Amino acid sequence: MITAQLDGILPVNPSPELTERKWWDYFTFNTDHKVIGIQYLVTSFLFYLVGGALATAVRKELSTPEVDFVSRELYNSLFTMHATVMIFLWIVPAANGAFGNFLLPLMIGARDMAFPRLNAIAFWLIPPGGILLMSSFLVGAPASGWTSYPPLSLMNGKWGELIWILSLLILGTSSILGAVNFITTLLLMRRPGIGLNNMPLFCWAMLSSSALVLISTPVLAGALILLCFDLIGGTSFFNPTGGGDPIVYQHMFWFYSHPAVYIMILPVFGLVSEILPVHARKPIFGYQAIAYSSLAISFLGLIVWAHHMFTSGVPGWLRMFFMVATMVIAVPTGIKVFSWVATVWGGKLRLNSGMLFAMGFVSMFVIGGLSGVMLASAPFDIHVHDTYFVVAHLHYVLFGGSVFGLYAAIYHWFPKMTGRMINETWGKVHFVLTLVGFNLCFLPMHKVGLAGMPRRVAEYDPQFAAINLICSIGAYLLAVSTIPFVINAVYSWVRGPKAGANPWNAISPEWQTLSPPPIENYLGEPPFVPDPYDYGKDYNPGKRPMSQVKAADLWR
Amino acid sequence: MNIPTNIATLIVGVLVTLISFWVGQHHGLLPVAASVNAPLIDGLFDTMITLSVGLFLLVQGALIFALFKFRKPKDDETDGPPWKENLPLEILWTGIPAIIVLGLSVYSFEVYSSIGGLEQLAMQAHHHSMKGAAIAAPLNSTNQSSPTEPRLATIGFTAPANVKGTGVTVDVTGLQYAWIFNYPDSGITSGELHLPLGQDVQLKIKAMDVLHAFWVPQFRLKQDAIPGRETELWFKPTVIGTYPIVCAELCGSFHGAMRSQVIIEPQSDYDAWVQQQLADSTPSDHPTIASAGQSQSVETRLAPRLAEMGISELTLAQVHPHHDG
Repeated sequence: MITAQLDGILPVNPSPELTERKWWDYFTFNTDHKVIGIQYLVTSFLFYLVGGALATAVRKELSTPEVDFVSRELYNSLFTMHATVMIFLWIVPAANGAFGNFLLPLMIGARDMAFPRLNAIAFWLIPPGGILLMSSFLVGAPASGWTSYPPLSLMNGKWGELIWILSLLILGTSSILGAVNFITTLLLMRRPGIGLNNMPLFCWAMLSSSALVLISTPVLAGALILLCFDLIGGTSFFNPTGGGDPIVYQHMFWFYSHPAVYIMILPVFGLVSEILPVHARKPIFGYQAIAYSSLAISFLGLIVWAHHMFTSGVPGWLRMFFMVATMVIAVPTGIKVFSWVATVWGGKLRLNSGMLFAMGFVSMFVIGGLSGVMLASAPFDIHVHDTYFVVAHLHYVLFGGSVFGLYAAIYHWFPKMTGRMINETWGKVHFVLTLVGFNLCFLPMHKVGLAGMPRRVAEYDPQFAAINLICSIGAYLLAVSTIPFVINAVYSWVRGPKAGANPWNAISPEWQTLSPPPIENYLGEPPFVPDPYDYGKDYNPGKRPMSQVKAADLWR
Repeated sequence: MNIPTNIATLIVGVLVTLISFWVGQHHGLLPVAASVNAPLIDGLFDTMITLSVGLFLLVQGALIFALFKFRKPKDDETDGPPWKENLPLEILWTGIPAIIVLGLSVYSFEVYSSIGGLEQLAMQAHHHSMKGAAIAAPLNSTNQSSPTEPRLATIGFTAPANVKGTGVTVDVTGLQYAWIFNYPDSGITSGELHLPLGQDVQLKIKAMDVLHAFWVPQFRLKQDAIPGRETELWFKPTVIGTYPIVCAELCGSFHGAMRSQVIIEPQSDYDAWVQQQLADSTPSDHPTIASAGQSQSVETRLAPRLAEMGISELTLAQVHPHHDG
């Protein structure tokens, strides 16, 4: 019988010195990383529902080939805002801000992040940025796609575009401030004995993601500021009528926005690497490989941006360079996928909701990754660029990947965050509805893209009508699938059964404390967990024979 | 029946390979290939589908197999085995994908080069190094301005060096929300693109206002129309038919409606179309195409039809104020 032993770590009756969190703290400017993490999570999830409503409206229009639900102008605003909200107000803050904040100090044995006040400021930029963005609907929401290419973006409504630019500048700033905190904390605040090579893999993922945020987000800010000058200042950086070049905008925009997709997926890779071992009761397979592959993806992610511009104004030799670099990214990503499969292989799988979503993540992400390798091939991309093939690919990696992974993480850490268990039966219902709805919606899109349907259109060739109807039904199913989850999460948070410190019997440090953790995170010294994936062996953190303790364990 | 693991794995491997190849050849996902370069792209896509199906089956198969085979047994709360690494296996699954993507990169490079994607580089290098050397006529005509002028995206099958002054050149203009085709050689302007079968085609693409993109799925060719600069597509159509021209870059509210057609027809039909276009646009005292009533006034022409249309002469006079001719 091998389970994590908590004797000698936690008091049976928590001493009154360990302070408990009051519920109203979650609505204030609070510097506790756990509060900030939950604030990020709830806020971003609310914006996910907004983005999902926008998507449902888009799919309603697309259920018939004619324009019969909304006007063409509004339709263009709907998909523009859908993407903008999902990227900047759901996935980036949830994957980085929510889980990064909640988990990192617990995982490295720190009491909080390096800059707690900066952390709170970073979160509190999100609600105003989000509200500002949504307010653009009052003046004519932007309608040039989330990519906002000039000259079109300079010609649609000025106010909507201006609001879009300003809100992205605010949200980008939030992201940068968070990254500063994560990197500093990870590099300087690990508990004695936790080196870079035995910290949990989510920490590696956050290092890699935060490096990308720091390097690439300022370039987006530059692009947006120049666009703003063109929009309201009469300049011509990107306006050909004044001698400007629209292609320069594309380069600057994608220099951020390609790394952005890795910012959206790397933390989720890390979360999945944490979840699978716990419920498979096996160590993560290939720790070193997964850790370094995160860094490799981070670096490579910075030199592939022009694969979004294969049909634009870029010389052929440059396309070849970006093609090869993009193809190469498949290698570290493949390493992760195979390692995850090897992790569950031979284990003793507990198929709870978190595990189902985590395995579903691997499954769906592989499909998105394969279509991604196809898109990397420049001559093939010429045919499918700006078609529904790309829409299918991006949703397989962002929904099948990031969203599935975020759901897995929510189910897995729900007990730790709230101190209660979420209902398993409804979690499984949620999983099945999501899996079916998602594939029904996005799998057929590969076909219509290849057959000739472009993206960002309210009306389309009637030959695509049947498939689009299927996609829309899948979308409605996805919309419905969120209902059991929301009800389950809210109800369980308030009245679910108490969870206890370690309902999953996990080894990772965050489970070696109360649920929810006290404000100080740990009683006394944070526990020393030399190997967070040490399943399959005797494990007793309180007592280790001296022969197994190395000098490096005791000193940094 | 206890099949040894080796045999079972072998059978699975064979099945996966066979299924992958079959799907790669029979997926039917692409429309007809109607230009010389299209089958090259399709071959590349077939290969990528084969590889993807194989990898998909392997990974999904392993996951689904694990989902059932390695479920936690009832009443067993123990851990699984402490496997942390296996260097040969990890090298294998790093090396094989690396070889695959390298292979795909080389294959893609070859295809891209065959369809003329690197021609720009070759042309400019050639031009630089051999000043005064004879270059095929279309090169001269398109290279009037200095070689450093950014003329980008020369993609097509027939590389300019092969074109011996034959072929069709069309100036394509994209604007919100239509495509306009000018044939500089004959002076024709049309809303549809007519092309003769089997001739090299050069499209010189411009945008009047915002970004558009010229896309014919059946040619597997797409090129952004960029305001402020000219882009090009070179190709040779191979199958007679009428294919959609789809705008593939968001250009405003009617982006979805911005379509035209390209009609590939036999040389004789194409020549007839050219003649017809010329005739239609040339005013003449002796119209070669009888246009009944061209010299009659609108009222005279419509008089016999008024009863059918349900309009009185008074209404017609109000709607169409009389003027000469």
